[in-house]
Amino acid sequence: KDNEEEESKEEESHSQQNSPSRRKNHQRENNNGKRAGAEGNRQRERGKKAPTKDQKESENKEKKTNKKAKEEENKQKADRKNSTSSASSNSSDEESLSEEELAMLMEQVEQKKKLISTMRNKPWRMVKKLSVLREAQAFVEKFEGALGKGKGKKLYAYKMMMAKKWVKFKRDFDNFKTQCIPWEMKIKEVESHFGSSVASYFIFLRWMYGVNLVLFGLIFGLVIIPEVLMGMPYGSMPRKTVPRAEQATAMDFSVLWDFEGYIKYSALFYGYYNNQRTIGWLKYRLPMAYFMVGISVFGYSLMVVIRSMARNANESTADGDDNNFIFSWKMFTSWDYLIGNPETADNKFASITTSFKESIVDEQESNKDENIHLRRFLRVLANVLIICCLCGSGYLIYFVVKRSQTFSKMQNIGWYERNEVEIVMSLLGMFCPPLFETIAALENYHPRIGLKWQLGRIFALFLGNLYTFLLALMDDVNEKLAEEDLVKNITHWTLLSYHNSSAENGSAATPPPLDPADVPRGPCWETTVGIEFVRLTVSDILVTYITILVGDFIRACFVRFVNYCWCWDLEAGFPSYAEFDISGNVLGLVFNQGMIWMGSFYAPGLVGINVLRLLTSMYFQCWAVMSSNVPHERVFKASKSNNFYMGLLLLILFLSLLPVAYTIMSLPPSFDCGPFSGKKRMYDVIQETIELDFPLFVAKIFSYVANPGLIIPAILLMVLAIYYLNAVAEAYQRANAELKKKMQMQREEEKNKRNNKATTNPMLQDLEDLLSPSTNSESTPKQAEDKKVESPNRTIPAEKQGKAAVLDSSPMMGGRGAPFAPPPRVFMTQPPMLRIRAPYPGQLRPRGHLPGPVPGWGRGQPRY
Amino acid sequence: AEAAMGASGSVLPREALAEYQELTFLNKQEILLAYKRFSELLPKEERDNACATRVPKSRFLMLPELRANPFQHQICHVFSTSDVRDGSMSFEDFLDMLSAFSDSATLEVKSHYAFNIFDFDGDGILDRNDLEKLVNCLTGQGEESRLSTAEMEQLIHNILEESDIDKDGTINRSEFQHVVSRSPDFASSFKIVL
Repeated sequence: KDNEEEESKEEESHSQQNSPSRRKNHQRENNNGKRAGAEGNRQRERGKKAPTKDQKESENKEKKTNKKAKEEENKQKADRKNSTSSASSNSSDEESLSEEELAMLMEQVEQKKKLISTMRNKPWRMVKKLSVLREAQAFVEKFEGALGKGKGKKLYAYKMMMAKKWVKFKRDFDNFKTQCIPWEMKIKEVESHFGSSVASYFIFLRWMYGVNLVLFGLIFGLVIIPEVLMGMPYGSMPRKTVPRAEQATAMDFSVLWDFEGYIKYSALFYGYYNNQRTIGWLKYRLPMAYFMVGISVFGYSLMVVIRSMARNANESTADGDDNNFIFSWKMFTSWDYLIGNPETADNKFASITTSFKESIVDEQESNKDENIHLRRFLRVLANVLIICCLCGSGYLIYFVVKRSQTFSKMQNIGWYERNEVEIVMSLLGMFCPPLFETIAALENYHPRIGLKWQLGRIFALFLGNLYTFLLALMDDVNEKLAEEDLVKNITHWTLLSYHNSSAENGSAATPPPLDPADVPRGPCWETTVGIEFVRLTVSDILVTYITILVGDFIRACFVRFVNYCWCWDLEAGFPSYAEFDISGNVLGLVFNQGMIWMGSFYAPGLVGINVLRLLTSMYFQCWAVMSSNVPHERVFKASKSNNFYMGLLLLILFLSLLPVAYTIMSLPPSFDCGPFSGKKRMYDVIQETIELDFPLFVAKIFSYVANPGLIIPAILLMVLAIYYLNAVAEAYQRANAELKKKMQMQREEEKNKRNNKATTNPMLQDLEDLLSPSTNSESTPKQAEDKKVESPNRTIPAEKQGKAAVLDSSPMMGGRGAPFAPPPRVFMTQPPMLRIRAPYPGQLRPRGHLPGPVPGWGRGQPRY
Repeated sequence: AEAAMGASGSVLPREALAEYQELTFLNKQEILLAYKRFSELLPKEERDNACATRVPKSRFLMLPELRANPFQHQICHVFSTSDVRDGSMSFEDFLDMLSAFSDSATLEVKSHYAFNIFDFDGDGILDRNDLEKLVNCLTGQGEESRLSTAEMEQLIHNILEESDIDKDGTINRSEFQHVVSRSPDFASSFKIVL
C-alpha cells in the first residue's frame, strides 16, 4: 500500500509538471475546433504508444489496487495523453502510425478485451468491477476503430462489429437455451427440501423426457404422420381392417383396454403399415423410413447416453480417492447450501454431527479387528440372503410363465389367469426392493454406497424378470411363426378360390374384390410383441402411480389425520411418513426406458405413451414428494456425476438392443402385415432401395463393401484402434497416478520439513535473539519474560516432550537435573558464537528450566 | 449508469443488464429473477428505486434460500458493502452473492468467498476460534447434537494436521484453497439457486 501512495504522489508531481503543456494543448484544441475531434483521436493514439510500458504496469496493478488507485490512474492517463499530444503537436505532420505502434496498440486492446472477458472470474466487488469494466470498454471502443489502415481499417472494424454481434448472439442463444429447460423451479424446490440426491432423480427424469421427446419427434415425424397422411386409409386393405369376427366388440372399452380391436389395427402398431414401396405424391419410401427410424432410435440413444457419460466422466476425473483431507472436507464442504427447508437442515445437522463423531471414532481406533470381522460376516450374510431372494423370484416368474402357457391354450380363462404374469412381476417389483433395503441395513454402508448396492440388486431382479418375460415372448413368437405358415396357405387358397368362383359366376365382369374384413390373415407376431410391450408399459405406469398414491399419499393422510385419535404417535412411531425411494424410482425409470426401446420398433406409438408418462410423472411425483414424503434421515449429497444411472441406462440399452436386433436379423417378417411383408428378412429393404433407387455403381460399391473380405479387415482395424486407444488411456492413467504420488510425496516432504523447522525454530530464534542487539527483549523485558514462559509450548512435539519430562521428573528434579543437561549443551556448543555460553552449565539454572529442552536457554540469557 | 438505473423505475435498464451479464456468472433470466426477488424484499414505496436502496439484514435473511442456512449472518456480512457494516445488502451485493454461488462460478471465486464466510472474525486466517464456530454452525443449535469439548479438540486438531501445511496453527487462504480445490463436491455443494 505504501508503494501505491508513493506512486500516486509521483503522479501528482508529474501532473503538475505537465500542467503548462496541458493548458497549451487545451488552447490548441479549442482553436482547431472540429478538426480536433478527428485529429485528437489520432493523437491520443499516438500518445498511448509512448507510455505503453507504464501502462502495462498500471494495468497489472489494476488487479491489486482499489478504486481510489483507479481514479488516480485515470488522472495519470489523462496527463499522459495531454503531455504527449502537446509533444506531437510539434510534429503533427506524421499522418499514420507505424507498424510497431499499431501492434502495440492492438496488443493493448486485446489485453483490455481479455480483461473484460475474464472479469467475472475475479473476486471483486461489483462496484469495482463495474468501474473497471466501463473503463476498459471505453478504451476498447475508442481505439478499436482506429486500428488498421485504409481498406484494412474498414475490414477490421467490420470484423470487430461481427465479433461483438456474435458474442451478443451467443449470449442470447444461451439465455434462450436455459429458458427452454423446463421445471427448473420445481426441481429447485424439491432440492431445497430433500437435498440434492432426491433432486438428482428428477433431473434424470427430465433428461429422459428430453431424450424421449427427440425419439418421439423422429418416429412421429418420419413414420406415423406420413403413414396417416399419405398411406392407404383405414379399411382399404386387410391389414388395416378389423376382422369380421372381432368387429362386434372392437369398440368395447374392455377390448380397447387390452389394446385389441380398433387400437390393434391402427398406426400405433407395426401391422398397420403397408409394404408399398412409396406412398403419396412425395414418393415417400415408408418401409425404408420405418427401418431407418428403428435403427436411428437406437443410434441416437446410444450416442446421447455415451456422450453424457463421457461428459460426466470428464467432470469427475479431477480427483476421487484422496484420503488426505477427510476431516477438512467434512468441515469445509459438507454443508449443502441448496437446503432451504428447516426440517431438512435439522436432518443435515444431525448427519454432519454423526459423521464428525464417526470419523473421530474411526481415527481414534482405526483398526478394530473384531468389528471388521463382524461387519464382513454381516455383509456376506446379506449378500447370500439377497441372492436367495433373486433366485426365488426368478423361479417364481419362470413358474408363472410356464403356467401362463398352459392357460393360453385353454378357452375360458378369467382376468386373473390372463394377467397373472404381469401381476406377479409387479408384486415382485413392489415387495422385493424394500426387502433388499431391510437386508442391506445389515451391511451398514455409507448411504451413497448403499444406494449403489441397492440399485445393483434391484437391477438384477428386474433384469431377471425382463429376460424371463422375453423368453416367454420368444416362445410365443415361434408358435405364431409356425401358425403363420399354415395361414399363409389358407389365405392363398381362399383368395384363389374366391377368384375362381367369381370368375365362374360372372365370366366377363371383373370380380368385386373380397371385403378386406373377410380375408383370413396370419397372426402377425410383430404386432403381438408390440402389444405385449405396450401392455407392460401401461401396467407399469398404473402400478407406479397406485403405489405412490397408496404407499405415500394415503399413508401420509392417515398418519396426519388419524394421529389425533390414536394410541401412539403415528408420525414419530411406526407407520410414519414415507421417504422418497430414490433407487426404486431410478430403476423404474431405467427399466421403463428399456421397455420403450425394445417395443418401439414394433409399436411406434409406444414412445408417445412414454412421453405422456414422463410428463405426468414429473408433475405427479413432484407433488407427491412435496406433499407426502419426508426428507431422508441421513441426508446425503448425490455423487457429482450420475454416471451410475447412466451406466445402468447404457446396460439396459444394450440389453434391449439384443432382442430387437435378433428379431430383425433372423426372423422372417409376417407375410401379410407390416412394412416388410413379402420380404425374406426385414433388412432386405435396404438392399432393395439401393438396387432400385440408386445408380448402378452405388449398388456395386455397396456389394464390394458388404464383402466379408472387406468387413473383416475393417473390424480388425477397429479392434486394433480400440486396443491402441485403450493402451494410451492406460498409460495416461498411470502417468496420472505417478504424478499424484509425486505430489503427495512432495507434500509429505514439505510437511516434514516444516515440522522439523518448527521444532528447530525455537533454537533458531534463540540464536537470533542472542545475535541481534536484543532490542526487543530490552525494550520490553516483560514481553521477553512472557516469551520465555511460552517458548516451551511453541510446538506440539516440544510441548509434549516438555510435559512428559515434567511429569516424570519434577519430584526429584534436583537429582536428575544433571543427566538432562548434556544434550542441550551439546547442541549449544555447536554454533561458534555460543561458546561463551558454555560456562553456564545446566546445573546452575533454576529447576523449572531444566526439563524444557532447549528454548529456555537462550531466551533467558540476556536478562542475566 | 447509476443514475439511469435509479430513474428508470422498476425494470432493470438494458445496459445495466448487459453489464451484469458480463460481470457475473448469471444469465439474463437469473438476473431478472434476482431483481424481482430483490425488489420483493423492499417495501412498496421503495421498489421503484431498487438498485439504489439497501435491504437490512433482518429482511434479507427472510429469503427462503437463506432461511435454513447456518452461515446466513456470515454470508450477509461477507457480501455486504455497507459502510456501517450492518450486513445490509444492495442489489449489486445480492448479484455478487448469487454469482459466487452460481453453478458456473469458478472454483477460485467460490473458494475465495467460502474462505471469507468461514473466517468469522475477518482477520484473513482461519484460527481455532473460527474453526470452532464453524463446527458449531455445522452441528446445529440443538444441545444433543453439539460435540463435546474433547471431540471438538480432536476434530480441530485433525483438521489442522491435515490442512495446516506451514504448521502455524491456523489455516490461511492458500491452504484453504488447496484443500477445497481437491474436494470432489465442494463446487456442487457451494451453490445457491434462486
